[in-house]
Amino acid sequence: MMNVIRSEWTKIRSVRSTVWTLATTVLLMLGLGILISIATVTNAKGPIAPVSAAGNALSGIQFATVALAALGVIVISSEYRTGAIRVSLMAVPERLKLLTAKIVVFTALTLVVSLVTVTVTVTVGQLIMKVTPFSGDGVPMMVVGAALFLTACGLFGLALGTLIRHTPGAIVSAIALMLIVPGLMSALPGVWGETISDYVTTNAGMQIFVQRENISLGPWAGYGVYLAWVAVVMIAGAVLLRRRDA
Amino acid sequence: MTAIRATNLSKRYGATVAVADLSFDVGPGQVTGFLGPNGAGKSTTMRMILGLDHPSGGTALVDGRPYGDWKHPLRKIGALLDAKAVHGGRNARNHLLAIAQSNGIPAARVEEVLELVGLASVARRRIGGFSLGMSQRLGIAAALLGDPEILLFDEPVNGLDPEGILWIRTLMRKLAAEGRTVFVSSHLMSEMAQTADHLVVIGKGTMIADTSVEEFIGRSSQAYVRVRSPRLAEVAELVKVGELHPDHLRVTGVTPLEIGTITARAGLPLEELTLVQPSLEAAYMELTKDSLEFSS
Repeated sequence: MMNVIRSEWTKIRSVRSTVWTLATTVLLMLGLGILISIATVTNAKGPIAPVSAAGNALSGIQFATVALAALGVIVISSEYRTGAIRVSLMAVPERLKLLTAKIVVFTALTLVVSLVTVTVTVTVGQLIMKVTPFSGDGVPMMVVGAALFLTACGLFGLALGTLIRHTPGAIVSAIALMLIVPGLMSALPGVWGETISDYVTTNAGMQIFVQRENISLGPWAGYGVYLAWVAVVMIAGAVLLRRRDA
Repeated sequence: MTAIRATNLSKRYGATVAVADLSFDVGPGQVTGFLGPNGAGKSTTMRMILGLDHPSGGTALVDGRPYGDWKHPLRKIGALLDAKAVHGGRNARNHLLAIAQSNGIPAARVEEVLELVGLASVARRRIGGFSLGMSQRLGIAAALLGDPEILLFDEPVNGLDPEGILWIRTLMRKLAAEGRTVFVSSHLMSEMAQTADHLVVIGKGTMIADTSVEEFIGRSSQAYVRVRSPRLAEVAELVKVGELHPDHLRVTGVTPLEIGTITARAGLPLEELTLVQPSLEAAYMELTKDSLEFSS
């Protein structure tokens, strides 16, 4: 297994698309975070609470999720597009081993990049908003939660890429499932509508770093629900990967 | 040892039969040509041997085991399917390194194969910019990474310039001479005539011949002498044996010298007296003419 993980690490680090999407993620998070922080401090009539400062600093997170999901998609769909998947499967005929190695390497890389990006963004944002960095109850949890959320979004992309195998199709599906559908669901009327909406992908997943009022899911439960969505798609992709001709 | 063994191998896509009940063995120390017109099922068969496509029936074994049962398959069998099926954004060295690492092959071997195929100087260039010839060399480098005893090449000379073709031919002969098994597909008989010792010929997914190159020629058309003359009817009468065609006489079993001697004595003028050797190409065309997927 270590051999295959090493091989996947070489693959992911040796293409420009990795560097570009990760750089885009960092720029979106940090850039938007700084802009919103400046806007907030300019309009503020008094001192800003540390937690809301951290929340404002993370304004770019939705865009970052798209960049990371796109990277997740590309990690596998680019192999299908070029036909290189056959070279990979000739080297590693145990297909689930290949997929597992991809998941491990991608998760590790995304988690580290997300954690660093979120930490820097929150620190810079809080400094701009004249708040002592990392002060305030719940801010460290918010930082860790945001990084976990970003990683899950990347994995959602990888799962969709495995299932759909086609880059544009998988990226559009990721955007639909992460941004559009959750938004539409929020418009559902009534108590039942709200409950359904709470369980939809990112609506549930975001609980890990922004605890909204009157929602039925706690932070970890919400994140668990989101991971379950990712897992269902990933398992469907894995089953097809085993069955289909390459 | 049987390096590759196909037993009743079949592949169907819905109602279309791509490969039907193929059984053959490929042995070491020689180049085995896998011949057939385009669409005959050669690539499908190779993908089934490599565990990429699932057979609808039958089995394909690599040294006695299904491909997927080998822990480090690249150390047993190396293959080149489609040289352009690589991630163009990666450089040659990293492309090979990722493949090597997956099979526990030391990184030093990457430099070795790059040297071997003559790509050492472009090891750090993005492979998207490689010419077809360079890509083909890179694909062969990947196949050789694990120093495998079995090699499988799918149409390796397609689209190559004469220099590249010669290089691949020489390499395949060399690999076979080292005692390795070389299984190479082609739709060009002339190509196989120059490289292969043994032939597995298929058409429309079914076996046409599994034989040595000599036998393959011998089995089909024989050598004959083509005679043309302004007084062809008289020549035909004089020679006695032979098949009279509108513009020539086709004689088997008699040498051109014998025919020339008889006609010279009779004072008959000859326009042409040619010994026509059976070509592998002709033998192939004759055998596969019923199995072309799209006849023109």
